[in-house]
Amino acid sequence: MTAGSAPSPEAGSAAYVLAVADDAMVYAQRLGEWLTNAPQIEEDMALANVSLDLLGQARALYARVGELDGSGRGEDDYAMFRDERQWRNVHLVEQERGDFAREMARMLWFASYQHELYAAQLASSDPVVAGVAGKAAKEVRYHLDHARHWVLRLGDGTDESHRRMQAALEWAAPYVDELFDDHAAAVTAVEAGLVARLPSELREAAQGRVEAVVSEATLTMPDPPTWRSRGGRDGIHSRPMGYLLAELQHISRSHPGATW
Amino acid sequence: MSEPTAVPAGAHDERSWPLWEVFVRGKRGLAHTHVGSLHAPDAEMALRNGRDVYTRRQEGVSIWVVRADDITASSPDEKDSFFDPAADKIYRHPSFYDVPEDVEYL
Amino acid sequence: MYGNDVIDPNDPLNAAETPAYDEARQHEDRRDEVGGGFDALIAADQRIEPRDAMPDKYRQTLIRQIAQHAHSEIIGMQPEGNWITRAPSLRRKAILTAKVQDEAGHGLYLYSAAETLGIDRAELLDRLHNGTQKYSSIFNYPTLTWADCGAIGWLVDGAAIMNQVPLCRCSYGPYARAMVRICKEESFHQRQGFEILWVLSRGTEAQREMAQDAANRWWWPALMMFGPPDSGEAASQGHTAQSMAWGIKRFSNDDLRQKFVDMTVPQAQKLGLTLPDPDLRWNEERGHWDFGPIDWDEFWRVLRGDGPCNAERISQRRRAHEEGAWVREAANAYAAKHVRSQESAA
Repeated sequence: MTAGSAPSPEAGSAAYVLAVADDAMVYAQRLGEWLTNAPQIEEDMALANVSLDLLGQARALYARVGELDGSGRGEDDYAMFRDERQWRNVHLVEQERGDFAREMARMLWFASYQHELYAAQLASSDPVVAGVAGKAAKEVRYHLDHARHWVLRLGDGTDESHRRMQAALEWAAPYVDELFDDHAAAVTAVEAGLVARLPSELREAAQGRVEAVVSEATLTMPDPPTWRSRGGRDGIHSRPMGYLLAELQHISRSHPGATW
Repeated sequence: MSEPTAVPAGAHDERSWPLWEVFVRGKRGLAHTHVGSLHAPDAEMALRNGRDVYTRRQEGVSIWVVRADDITASSPDEKDSFFDPAADKIYRHPSFYDVPEDVEYL
Repeated sequence: MYGNDVIDPNDPLNAAETPAYDEARQHEDRRDEVGGGFDALIAADQRIEPRDAMPDKYRQTLIRQIAQHAHSEIIGMQPEGNWITRAPSLRRKAILTAKVQDEAGHGLYLYSAAETLGIDRAELLDRLHNGTQKYSSIFNYPTLTWADCGAIGWLVDGAAIMNQVPLCRCSYGPYARAMVRICKEESFHQRQGFEILWVLSRGTEAQREMAQDAANRWWWPALMMFGPPDSGEAASQGHTAQSMAWGIKRFSNDDLRQKFVDMTVPQAQKLGLTLPDPDLRWNEERGHWDFGPIDWDEFWRVLRGDGPCNAERISQRRRAHEEGAWVREAANAYAAKHVRSQESAA
């Protein structure tokens, strides 16, 4: 693309779908780290299920990006052979794995966001995006339910779990705004009918869900944070992202051209 | 009974989590079948754990969980008195009856 | 129609895909004729169920064996689990995640079977964490390259299935039923491992080397998974004889090991991998593959704790358990409050 020319509608759509896919991919990667590390064996299995759902979403969407951007690239080209500056995910999902309370705070926010996002993609002008949304909407309802049940138990459990869950909400707070930023690709996508709503229009419903759970869990919503993450949609990431990619990509990159 | 004052022994872990028996309905129209058990702190978590542990390959469309303590089972010693009396009542089975072969929908 | 360089998808790759599995999962209930006595049930090859009377030694033997089996599934998540974040393609990542998740599930099925014998899972986990109960020594070897995920699936799961198919006929009902379910799921595990190596052995030079290196390192430990020799003289003594009499064990360690070698050598040939045993050759007279001596000193050394990963495996397991204590405690406290509030509302 030459400087100054407007991106083709397909290229604009590709950028949007890529951002949705990258969020799912990076969060799947982080959740994969829980397997063998969860607080009980049943939870190893539950988090693996969530990770597998997100991985499935990312794979289906990457395949579509390869068609929309005209490159014909496949899922592994996107996942394994892009550098940090080319990733479009928000900072929330790339943060290092913390304690279980942090994971549940992150999952509650992310699933609440995805719940609204996929609802807004159900009638997408792109049949693949609509199809993925239909399947993912069901998966995300389960993720939301899982996060909700744990936030309730941690918030209204022991003194220690209450303190940790409250701290986890404070930890997540600076990463929330970025989910709902109206980035350029999303604006283009709304114009193209790819998605019915801008990210900012998803916030009220998503935040409402989070607030309802937080209040039922005897917790309080954090005060507005003093800083907020930004830049993920433009490929500006936080420190953990490079390490995440190194782990994700190093085998593929060591054997260029190999199939697995 | 006095009010519990301290955390009961073992409350720090799943030792005190009750055992739940899990029943899965394979598909619509079939009965729920016992598939195994699991530990969970309460019924809602038991249901969710049951889903993740016992239906990863679409084995089910519906799950029941029941506290193992709430199940009353017949003992092997009672087998004769419980079940043998049914053995001679073959008239309960449809195959007991002779009907003409050309009658449909029986 | 299939050349040597193609896998016939209808060929059995492991013991769970042979008639042995279908036979083992059949069970004919003849309790009516046999009666409910333990010895009569065992003699007639009938299932013992949780509420049946059983000798205490039978109960203790089963608890030990099922628990060790469950622990092996849980510890066995680790060697492959540490490749989930590094799997070389998204397809492989999904398969590996599902596989390691299955292992957690198998552990839970088995703990659930052990609990029908009157022991608590938390108690069994304590015994794993403090070292009084063991898990399969194979998991004390490291997974150094991606090809190790293939070798584990192909060899370790293949050997495990060979051990487990006869257990589908184990005299203890809940254990036998758990094994029927596990064997079916393990068959996917073994196939995905074989497929990993299949692709590697047809890949680049570096990939072929990786596959060969993994086969070199996992072959002998896989043969050790069947346990020390117990044929002939040795089989009439110790655990084996008693377990066989009780219908807990159906074949000797050496019989199963031989069956595994016979099934696996042709697969190695299809993969184009050389198994690291100069004595490996077909014995026309016996109708079996001969193989060289196993280093039992290494087996005992690793079993006693001096393997490459013994300390690491247990410490990771303990760390996860200890770091999760506050979560489990919170769930307890919540459940207690919840039940109280339901009762006061009633």
